[in-house]
Amino acid sequence: MATLPRIVITGVGLTAPNGNTLAEFRANLLAGQARIAEIDVRHMGKHPAGVCDFDATRWQKRKEIRNGTRVGSISIYCSREAVVNSGLDWEKIDKSRVGVYLGITEHGNVETENEIWNISQFNNDTKYWTHHHNPRTVANNAAGEVTMNMGITGPHYTIGAACAAGNAGLIQAAQMLQLNEVDLALAGGVSESIHTFGIFAGFKNQGALASHTDPAKASRPFDKNRNGIVISEGGAIYTLERLDDALARGANIIAEIAGWCINSDATDAVLPNPDRQAECVRKALERAKMKPSDVHIISTHATATSMGDIQECIALRTVFADCPRTKINNTKSYIGHCMGAAGALELAGNLPSFQDGIVHPTINVEDLDPECAIPGLVINQPVSMGSVDTILNNSFGMLGINSVLIVKKYGIA
Amino acid sequence: MNKDDVKSIVLDIIRDIAPDEDLSALKHEVRLRDQLTLDSMDFLDIVMELRKQHGIEVPEIDYPQLASLESCGEYLLPKFKAKGK
Repeated sequence: MATLPRIVITGVGLTAPNGNTLAEFRANLLAGQARIAEIDVRHMGKHPAGVCDFDATRWQKRKEIRNGTRVGSISIYCSREAVVNSGLDWEKIDKSRVGVYLGITEHGNVETENEIWNISQFNNDTKYWTHHHNPRTVANNAAGEVTMNMGITGPHYTIGAACAAGNAGLIQAAQMLQLNEVDLALAGGVSESIHTFGIFAGFKNQGALASHTDPAKASRPFDKNRNGIVISEGGAIYTLERLDDALARGANIIAEIAGWCINSDATDAVLPNPDRQAECVRKALERAKMKPSDVHIISTHATATSMGDIQECIALRTVFADCPRTKINNTKSYIGHCMGAAGALELAGNLPSFQDGIVHPTINVEDLDPECAIPGLVINQPVSMGSVDTILNNSFGMLGINSVLIVKKYGIA
Repeated sequence: MNKDDVKSIVLDIIRDIAPDEDLSALKHEVRLRDQLTLDSMDFLDIVMELRKQHGIEVPEIDYPQLASLESCGEYLLPKFKAKGK
């Protein structure tokens, strides 16, 4: 097989519940600063949730915001910020060679629920159903709004991959760049899930919705007393380029995509399968031409459900049995579960470790679950590794979709 | 209720659906689309808000009657009066 082009990350734009830039996000991760609010969920009352406070009007007219969707605004903000961060001269970019590939867990629930509520105020007469419903709920909405806002005429679509979607967006972009379908990709994951009560009710009735008197402590992966997921919104979108193109323009190379894998459990709709997760990790390592001990940081997917965390730990114990240098962390403990954005945001939170050599911890662990006590788990306090060269990012989702993405510091063999 | 009241109602709706627009110098006789950035979806918003807020129905065949603020006033006034307003 011919050697495929190397793909690099050259820009990051994000909004997380605890930060609207990578610098702010990272500072809060190193400071152990969670930011979870308590919001009023339609029909359900107060629940903890991760809420983003970026300024949508920075990149959108108020009419765009009104006519579009929340996830569209998140996507536009992150895309625009990524381009700024990349140092690309956007005016000179051939927009027909730009692709937009955004991972989503779900889409359309928010708008559909809003309209069902709206027409309920009019005796359920559908003549009051908004004509904006279809453009707002088509599955490509998030990526399509980006193209309209930024004048991008290359391909755009979303990748529906449940909570494995953030990695899936990046993987899709890397593949399209390698196939020379585009010259620049805007890729990552996004979510507006806190605005749909259906997701909250679904998790609650599944026994998987977090609760805590202190919202900031509600998301507690690996803790013995964890009681479920804190649902959050957010987004992380990257500029990806072929290495040669990035070098030619003198870009700041943040990381190189080293390897990946997406596979399927084919066993259960909600209970993860550690055998398939381990297999996914191994295949990603194989593609990256790495052995387990080459991984310096494992960014876990763990969502703080009772079984999901244990299953992931079983998978990691299997693959990383003898890797004393490898550190393991979790970012959902700060920001909750950003659904389609989770994998992309959690990767972003770890990327600065290539510069500072520090691993941010998983927080809110007061009583470590023995079944989650995996070697290398960084708990409650950051750990300095001196140097960090590789990050393995886990992101898993319902219907048994697993995604693993490995990135490395540019210049590492 | 008179024509100016109707125009004021339409202006309030436009203010909501086109919040970036400066409506202070809007010429009443000139087509709205020639003065503002309004597309077909925006006109459907005007129709929807007349329906939701005031119970006024505008059949599709009459959409051209909403072209300018003046024509809105002339066309909609009898409808508002029929509603007892």
